[in-house]
Amino acid sequence: MNPVARTVLQRLGLGLVTLFIVSIIIFSAIAMLPGDFAKATLGQSATPETVAAFQREIGIDRPPVERYFVWVAQMLHGDFGSSFASRTGYRRTVAEIIAPRLYNTMFLAAVTALIAVPLALGLGILAALYRNGWFDRLVNVATLTTISFPEFFVAYMLAYLVISRDTFIGSDFAQTLPHWLTVSLNWALNAVPKFPTLSNVNDQTPFWEHLWKVALPAITLTLVIVAHMMRMTRAAIINMLASPYIDMARLKGMSPMVIVLRHALPNAWAPIVTVVAFNLAYLIVGVVVVEVVFVYPGIGQLMVDAVKSRDVPVVQACALIFAATYILLNLLADIISIATNPRLLHPR
Amino acid sequence: MTRSESVAAVQRLRRSRATRAKTALKKAPFSAWFGIVVILGYVFVAVFAHWIAPYGETQVFSEAFAPWSQEFKLGTDQLGRDMLTRLIYGARNTIAIAVATTLLSFAVGVSLGLLAALYRGWLDQILSRAVDVLMSIPSLIFALVLLTIFGSSITSLIVIIALLDSTRVFRLSRAVGLNVAVMEYVEVARLRGEGPKWIIAKEILPNVMPPLVAEFGLRFCFVFLTVAALSFLGVGIQPPTADWGSMVRENATLITYGDVTPLLPAGAIALLTVSVNFVVDWFLQATSGLRDEK
Repeated sequence: MNPVARTVLQRLGLGLVTLFIVSIIIFSAIAMLPGDFAKATLGQSATPETVAAFQREIGIDRPPVERYFVWVAQMLHGDFGSSFASRTGYRRTVAEIIAPRLYNTMFLAAVTALIAVPLALGLGILAALYRNGWFDRLVNVATLTTISFPEFFVAYMLAYLVISRDTFIGSDFAQTLPHWLTVSLNWALNAVPKFPTLSNVNDQTPFWEHLWKVALPAITLTLVIVAHMMRMTRAAIINMLASPYIDMARLKGMSPMVIVLRHALPNAWAPIVTVVAFNLAYLIVGVVVVEVVFVYPGIGQLMVDAVKSRDVPVVQACALIFAATYILLNLLADIISIATNPRLLHPR
Repeated sequence: MTRSESVAAVQRLRRSRATRAKTALKKAPFSAWFGIVVILGYVFVAVFAHWIAPYGETQVFSEAFAPWSQEFKLGTDQLGRDMLTRLIYGARNTIAIAVATTLLSFAVGVSLGLLAALYRGWLDQILSRAVDVLMSIPSLIFALVLLTIFGSSITSLIVIIALLDSTRVFRLSRAVGLNVAVMEYVEVARLRGEGPKWIIAKEILPNVMPPLVAEFGLRFCFVFLTVAALSFLGVGIQPPTADWGSMVRENATLITYGDVTPLLPAGAIALLTVSVNFVVDWFLQATSGLRDEK
């Protein structure tokens, strides 16, 4: 068998095993619930009969192994069970709650990735090209700063910037500044596009409006993830530039740009792809906070709300989706780096 | 070696360490100094919160969302509590919880990691695979699942985040421990019949200190940000305890009116993490060449 195909299959199997164990952990969440949970969910007035019915519905009366396999089988058929928010005669399935929100989150993540990945690669290549120059230092300081800020700080700063566009001129702060500074600051703020600070979309929102409304969340997430990817790209390329074959190219008289793009970059793909995938996976965590800030109806916000109301089936489904995406992205990174660099087939 | 001689040796070692620290501090770059001063300032405010704060932590005044004034330096929050007071008490609560979590995570992670490095074999296999699984899900998502089950109280918050975070500590301490565990002096101690507790505390731990101290700083930042994020989401530290994450959320509506007040607690979080990062960067460069070019 082709060694690449074999390694890829191996990784795929490993990923499936991980997903299996993770699903067991997430599943046992419901089994570990404290005993009075049914009462807490149904309210003080619950009769013993309704409590028993509820327990039968979530299946606590059956053996856990059987329940696990039923749960997985239903999951594979797209049935994620019903939310604890459903009442008799009004069943709310988890699938119908999640589906539109999953689309929204994927939309946001895709937009962010489309902005962030090319930007990070471009900045990283430029920083490597002009390393130790003013451009390199500027980018380094800026990215170090954004990397250590909490997401919601970045998000609210951006929102504040957009809002000050209108409110700055009338604020007390503007009055205390000298006149020329107020005028020029106001002029600068007016250059900021008037992005919506609330990303309230629904399934009828047309595509372009949707794109416009996710602008601020996407920019926030971009700022958060670009730093890491850019630094890794720069480091990987600079690492390559020390090899003898680069000296050879340089001595042949090739331009620095050609050396970086044609000679250094192809060999630097493996670490870059890994860090890109890692950061796209990190988006999953960032998405939760950013969705809450901008009231964007995505799966992250849904999960937080479900945690607050302790709606276990919804939390389980969200966690499983997040975990599966995370594992899949890491797997993809592994496979791509092996495919681009066959030397990784033989780990020492 | 007689007793007095060994005492003298220890004293000489201490003196030289202190002088070394002093020279290192003198050579420290501006960013490290800035970080140290800011961290000390935070610690001061956190410890003396009770004396510094103008009002009580949960004291409510009649006017909610009051603007900045003589009486309320930074205005009041959504229930009419003094913002400045909440900020000061927030330093105490948020930092204390983050420190407690990091300490617990290190206690668990380092002891298990060094045990795994010392014994290897099946113990190492079991622990390492368990850590692999725990790390295959983002810890914020895992924390959210666990908080659903156990509910949000400060104890469960500390224990859950510490356990999730100890996976990373485990990996690091196992890796650095493996390098030390094969040394001759560890072998000697083992042949002398010392127990695992003694070997870990007296032979291995002193030799893996620098990377662990640096990691402590980084882990603290991470834990601090996680606690802040969870509180911001409303599933972390619960009211009426003052805490920076939830303060941002509760007063976020003010931003719509162009008021910067809700950004202050968020800024306080950002400033502390940046400062800790500066200090850790400097410490790593000063103790070893671990992170010359990343």
